Amino acid sequence: MSMHTKYKIQDLNLHYGTFHALKNINLELPEKEITAFIGPSGCGKSTLLKTLNRMNDLVEGCSIDGTVLLDGEDIFDRMDVNVLRRRVGMVFQKPNPFPMSIYDNIAFGPRTHGIRKKAKLDEIVEKSLRDAAIWDEVKDRLDKSALGMSGGQQQRLCIARALAIQPEVLLMDEPTSALDPISTMKVEDLVQELKREYTIVMVTHNMQQATRVSDKTAFFLLGEVVEFNETAELFSMPKDQRTENYITGRFG
Amino acid sequence: MRNKFDQELSNMHDDLISMAAMVETAISRAVEALKYRDASLAKLLQEKDHEIDQKERAIESSCLKLLLQQQPVARDLREISTALKMITDLERIGDLAEDIGEVTLFLCDTPGYHAPKQLSYMAEATIRMVRDSIDSFVAKDLKKAHSVIEYDDVVDKLFNETRSELIGRIHESITEAEQAMDSMMIAKYFERIGDHAVNISEWVEFSITGTHKNIRVI
Repeated sequence: MSMHTKYKIQDLNLHYGTFHALKNINLELPEKEITAFIGPSGCGKSTLLKTLNRMNDLVEGCSIDGTVLLDGEDIFDRMDVNVLRRRVGMVFQKPNPFPMSIYDNIAFGPRTHGIRKKAKLDEIVEKSLRDAAIWDEVKDRLDKSALGMSGGQQQRLCIARALAIQPEVLLMDEPTSALDPISTMKVEDLVQELKREYTIVMVTHNMQQATRVSDKTAFFLLGEVVEFNETAELFSMPKDQRTENYITGRFG
Repeated sequence: MRNKFDQELSNMHDDLISMAAMVETAISRAVEALKYRDASLAKLLQEKDHEIDQKERAIESSCLKLLLQQQPVARDLREISTALKMITDLERIGDLAEDIGEVTLFLCDTPGYHAPKQLSYMAEATIRMVRDSIDSFVAKDLKKAHSVIEYDDVVDKLFNETRSELIGRIHESITEAEQAMDSMMIAKYFERIGDHAVNISEWVEFSITGTHKNIRVI
């Protein structure tokens, strides 16, 4: 287990207009571990996830202060957002395959980044699909539309698409909330495989999923991080009464 | 918010209290049967042990159902897992009371037997330990759980006194040896009851603090 800090978030505050969405966030997310963000709707967990990839700083009225360091580099200062997004991939709640073939979905990112050679693209497509544990299911129909796949397959395709640009970090926003239990288990298994190579940050409303999958968990409430600890400890012996109330369902 | 769950947890507490009461009664009956060499009371212990076993099954079943249906975390997880550990010790205490009854049945036929006085003190002490260990769980009273663990020294001391007295009796008259061995068995059973009450209290500590003998369990 690596002790290297991948993301260091310091005194981060984010406002949408007058709404104070993130309040004094200080977090260190370890490299090649899975960190889960939990908390009730509107608590800021998805906002922070998006901030890690600078998905919200162009939203009108959004203002951010504080620093977010990726391997020690400030992502808001002198880091090209395209470089940031190459290093940090994202998977969303609903699978969103492009309306094109399975192959082209995966090759899309590498092509955007200038890779043109067929052999190289073939290699990337196969490796990404293998890493996303879906190669065996789709290898004979790579030229078929991705829209014909099941929801669970589409989500793993989206994970493969994120992996195709060889990121260092994967951000996942409720990646299984639209999937059936079997697809959910497949994605959970996959995520645990992926942490060997990637740093993963996952927003989830499914607390059992957080306990199964993540190494560390941050509990958010009203824009603040109330508690950040090893997942097993946070779910067995939370330190803050607010965490206890939320995870045991005695909230509010 | 979680009314049904809270109600089920509260029922589980009630069941534990009632199982503990059954076990306390068993210890009291055991020492009474011994004191008055009451064979029918000793026999009753065997019948009643079956009820303790049934209670254990019932609590086990409701704890497992809660794990399945509620997927408890934090304090709920600690309480339910503690209850599952506690009932094993309570059931063993019930068995030990039954064992005391069995030896007592044998002693009922032994003319001139008199039990060492420490045995009734051991009974009192262990009944108190069992009661306090369960109370400490229900009231989440860490201090009380610790006091049970400390009180085991009293039981151990009584055990050693009993042993010395019985050795003395054997020295005085070798014909006392057989009775003395039986008394020694009974003393050992009480001493084990104390140990089980300590186990219960150690799990109560886990339920309150998340640590068992100062080691974090999860």
